Amino acid sequence: MIAAAPWRWARANLFNGPLNAVLTLFLGYLIVVLLPGLVDWTLIKASLTAPDDRACAAAGGACWAFIADWFRFLLFGRYPYAEQWRPAIVIAVFIALLLASWNRRLPGGWLAAIWIAGLALSGLLMWGGVLGMPYVETELWNGVPLTLILAAGGIGFGYPLALLTALGRRSSMPAVRTLSVIYIEVARGVPFIAWLFLSLIVLPLFLPPGVTVPKLWRAEIAFALFIAAYLAEVVRGGLQAIPRGQYEAAASLGLGYWRQMRLVVLPQALAITIPAQVNTFIGAFKDTTLISIIGLFDPLLDTNTALNDPAWRMAYAEGYIFVAAIYFVFCYFMSLYSRRLEKTLSRERR
Amino acid sequence: MSDGERQRPMIELRHVHKWFGDHKVLNDISLAVGRGERVVVCGPSGSGKSTMLRCINRLEEHEQGQIFVDGIELTRDVRQIEAIRREVGMVFQQFNLFPHLTVLENLVLAPIWVRQMPRREAEALALQYLERVHIQEQAQKYPAQLSGGQQQRVAIARALCMKPQIMLFDEPTSALDPEMIKEVLDVMVELAQSGMTMICVTHEMGFAREVADLMVFMDRGEIVETAPPDAFFTTPKSERTRLFLSQILRHGAG
Amino acid sequence: MTTRAEGAPGRVAPWNDERMRSVVFQLAAVALVFALFVYLAGNAVDNLRRQGIAAGFGFLEREASFAISPTLIPYSPADSYARALSAGLLNTLLVASLGIVFATLLGFLVGIARLSGNWLVSRLSLAYVEIIRNTPLLLQIYLWWDVLRLGAPQPGAAWQPLPHVFISNRGVVFPAPVYDPLYLWMLVAAAIGGIAAFMLRRQARARQARTGRMLPAGWLGLALVVLPPVAVFFAGGAPYLLDLPRVTRFDFSGGQSITPEFAALLFALVAYTAAFIGEIVRGGILAVGRGQSEAALALGLTRGQLLRLVVLPQAIRVIVPPMTSEYLNLTKNSSLAVGIGFFDLFSVGSTVVNQTGQVIEVMSILIATYLTLSLVTSLLMNLYNRATALVER
Repeated sequence: MIAAAPWRWARANLFNGPLNAVLTLFLGYLIVVLLPGLVDWTLIKASLTAPDDRACAAAGGACWAFIADWFRFLLFGRYPYAEQWRPAIVIAVFIALLLASWNRRLPGGWLAAIWIAGLALSGLLMWGGVLGMPYVETELWNGVPLTLILAAGGIGFGYPLALLTALGRRSSMPAVRTLSVIYIEVARGVPFIAWLFLSLIVLPLFLPPGVTVPKLWRAEIAFALFIAAYLAEVVRGGLQAIPRGQYEAAASLGLGYWRQMRLVVLPQALAITIPAQVNTFIGAFKDTTLISIIGLFDPLLDTNTALNDPAWRMAYAEGYIFVAAIYFVFCYFMSLYSRRLEKTLSRERR
Repeated sequence: MSDGERQRPMIELRHVHKWFGDHKVLNDISLAVGRGERVVVCGPSGSGKSTMLRCINRLEEHEQGQIFVDGIELTRDVRQIEAIRREVGMVFQQFNLFPHLTVLENLVLAPIWVRQMPRREAEALALQYLERVHIQEQAQKYPAQLSGGQQQRVAIARALCMKPQIMLFDEPTSALDPEMIKEVLDVMVELAQSGMTMICVTHEMGFAREVADLMVFMDRGEIVETAPPDAFFTTPKSERTRLFLSQILRHGAG
Repeated sequence: MTTRAEGAPGRVAPWNDERMRSVVFQLAAVALVFALFVYLAGNAVDNLRRQGIAAGFGFLEREASFAISPTLIPYSPADSYARALSAGLLNTLLVASLGIVFATLLGFLVGIARLSGNWLVSRLSLAYVEIIRNTPLLLQIYLWWDVLRLGAPQPGAAWQPLPHVFISNRGVVFPAPVYDPLYLWMLVAAAIGGIAAFMLRRQARARQARTGRMLPAGWLGLALVVLPPVAVFFAGGAPYLLDLPRVTRFDFSGGQSITPEFAALLFALVAYTAAFIGEIVRGGILAVGRGQSEAALALGLTRGQLLRLVVLPQAIRVIVPPMTSEYLNLTKNSSLAVGIGFFDLFSVGSTVVNQTGQVIEVMSILIATYLTLSLVTSLLMNLYNRATALVER
C-alpha cells in the first residue's frame, strides 16, 4: 500500500475509537471550511501598502499596511525619530541577554552580573547625554524598550527584597514574620492596577513638596514591590523544600545565620525554584501592559494611540495581532526555557 | 594543659530537663564525659538519646539544668554557642552533605568561613582528611554521585576539618545499606583509637564493645544505667536494660 | 570553673544573649516601619491640606453625578458615592461569579482535550493554551472589545451564533427567563425529589453494606430530581419560559442584553482563565500516577469505578489549591474593566477619586475590599485543604 506509515499514524492518532473519529471528521470539516478564508485574509488578499483601512477592506484582506505605516511608532513610541537606533540596540541587547540566559552552564553570579551590565548599558543608551548622544527624558521612553526595561528593572530591584521577605516569612522572630506576612498578603491580594494607581497618585502625596518622581520610576517602584511579593512566595517554597538537615549541618559546622543562608540554603532553594521563578517573570512581563492604563506608552498604548488615526480605525485586529506577536515571542521563549529546566531538574533529583 | 584542665570533664550535663510541649523528652539527665573518653548511648527509639546529643551543640535547647562543653557553659549567649559549635563536630544519620557543592567544597566551607583559613591551606587540610577516611579520589565529585557509605565518610571528614575536640555521632549507620556499614564503622574505630572524645548514639553493639569506654542506656528520657561495656553487656543491673539487650542482640546486631 | 546554683541560667551579657538580640532586632524593625509610616502619613496630610481636600469619609454621602450602566441595583446619578461604589462592587462580583463558572467549565474541557488521544484535539487545545497564556490579558480584552464594538454589525444584521442569541455592536442579547408562578411549584417539586433522592441514597448505601448488592442510586436519584419539575411544568400548561429578543430596526426589544464592555470583559476573562485552569486540570489528572490505575484495574474495578473512586478524589486534591488561585486571579483581573470603561468596583473607585480627590480614602476602601475577598477565599481553601489532606506521617 502506498504511504502505509501515514495511514497507520492516522489510524492510531486520529481515528482510534468512535468518539475520536467523529471529532476528527468534525474538526477536519471546520478546518477545511475556515482555513482557506483565514489564509486569504492573512496573506493572499492582505494589503501591505494602502492609504487607509477602507482601501484594505476593498481589497478584502488584512490591513498590514497599518503596521507598515505606523511601524516605528508602535515599536518606539514618541522617542525622537532620529535617535531611534538607540532603543533598537536596547532591544537587541535584551534579546542577547535572554539567549545567553538559555545556557544553563553559566553560574548564577555571572548571569546576574551580565544582566546588570545589560541594564546599565540600556539605561545609558536610552538616556544619552554622553558620547554625543542627545539626552532623552524618561517620559519619551516608549514602546518595546519601555516594557523590557520596566520588567527587567522591576525584577532586578524586587529580587533582593523578595529574598529578604522570604527569609523573614520563615523567621523565628514573630515581629519579622508578621511584617513579612502582612506585606506579602497585601501585595498579592490587591490587583496590580491598584498599586499602579497608588504609585501614580498617592506616591507624590507621600513626598515632601517640591520633590517629584518621574512617572517611569513610580511605575517601577510599584512593579518591584508587586513582583517581590510573588517572588518571595516562590522562594519560600524552595526554602521549605530544603530538608532540615541542611540547616542543621550548616549550623553544627559553626556557620552563623546569614552565612548559612548565603552559602548553603539559598543557593539550593533558588536552584530548585527556577521554573516557578521564570513563570513569575513571564507573568510580570505580561503585567507591564497595565501601564498603558496610567498613561505610560508601552506597545499597547502605542497601538491604541495609532488606532485613533481616522485612516486606520478599523485596523484594530491587525494592530493587536502585531503587538500580541511581540509578546508571544518573548513569553513563549521564556516558557520553553522554564519547561526544559523543569524536566532537567526533575531528572536530576531522582 | 594544667592538671585541673586535664581532669575537667570534656562534656558535662547536670540535671538537664527538656519538654516538647507537655511531653518530657529529657528527665534529669546528668552525664560527664572525660577527655579522650568514648561513650556509646543506646536505647529504644523515643528515649531521647538524639535529643540529648543535639542539646550539646545547641541544635536543641535545654530548658532546665546546665550543659558544659570544655568548661564553657551552654547558655543563650551567642558567642559561647558559636565557640562551642567550633569545638564540637557532628555526624548525622542522613549525612546532610551540601548537594550543590563538590566533596572538596563541602569540606573547606566551614574552615574558610568560620576559622578564616586561607583557601589553599583549607584545601590541603581537606585532602588530608579525605585521605584519612580513604576517599581522597572522590574530591571533585558531587555528593549525589557517591554511595551512602562514601557520603557518610565525607561527612565525617567534613566535621573533622574543623579540628573539633569532640565528635558527636547521631546514628551514623542507621540509614546505610548493610554492606556499607562496615566501612563507616572502621573509620569511626580509627578515630576512636586516635584519642578523639566521642559520643555515639548507635545500635551497632559490636562497635560499642570494641571501642566504648562507657555505655549509657537511656529509656523514656532518662539515663537508666551507665557502665563499662563488659559489665554492661554481661551483668546489666536494670530490668529495662536487660529487656532492651535481649531484643537488640537477638536480631544479630552484636 | 565556678559552680552555680542548679537550674539557674548563667549571667549572660545582654548584647550576646540570643533572646535579647532577637527582641532588640524585632523592636528595631517594627520601629523602622512605624517611623516610615509616620513620615509618609505626615507628608500626605500636609499635601492634602495644601490642596484643600478634607480628610475623612464624609464625601461618601455626596451626590455622585455620574452614570453607571449596567447595574444590578437601581442607581441614578443623583445617588451617593457610597451607592455608586456598591453598584460597582456588585458588578465586580457578577463578572467574577459568571467568569468563574464559565471558566471552570471551559477549563475542564480544555484540560481533558489536552489529554485526548486524538492528535487534532490535543494539538488544537495546546495551540489555544499557548497563545492565550503567552499574550497579555489586557490586550485580549481590548481585542474582544473592538471586535464587539466595531467589528460587530448593526442590530439589523446581527450575528446569530446560537438560535435567539444575537451579537451586534450594541452588545449581546439572549433569551431571558420570564417569571411565572409555576416556577415556584417546579422548585418545590425539585426539592421534594431531592429529599427523596437523598433518602434513597442512604437506603442504597445501607443495603449495600448489609447485602452487598448495589442499586443504581445515582441514576434513580437524578430522575427523582429532574422528572417531577418537568411533570409539573407540563401539568401547568407549559407556559412560555423565555422572553425571546426581537429585532427592531435599530435595536432589540425583549430578552436580556449586556453591553459590549461587559461582554468583552467576561469573554476575555473566561477565555484567559480557562487556559490556565485547563493546565491545572491536566496536571491534576496526570498527577495520579499510572500505578494507581493499574492497581485498581488489577483489583477488578471497572473504568467508571476507577475514575470515580480512585482517580477523581486524588486529582481533585491536587487541582483545588491552584484552581482557587486562578479564581482569585480572575477576580483581581476583573479590575482591568477600568481600561474599557466597564463600571466594576475599581472603575467606579477611580472615577470617584477623579471627582473628589479623596485618593487615600477611596483607595483604602478598594484595597480593603479586594483584600477581604482574597483572604476569605484563602481561608476557605485552607479549611478545604485541611479537611481533605491525606494523612501523612
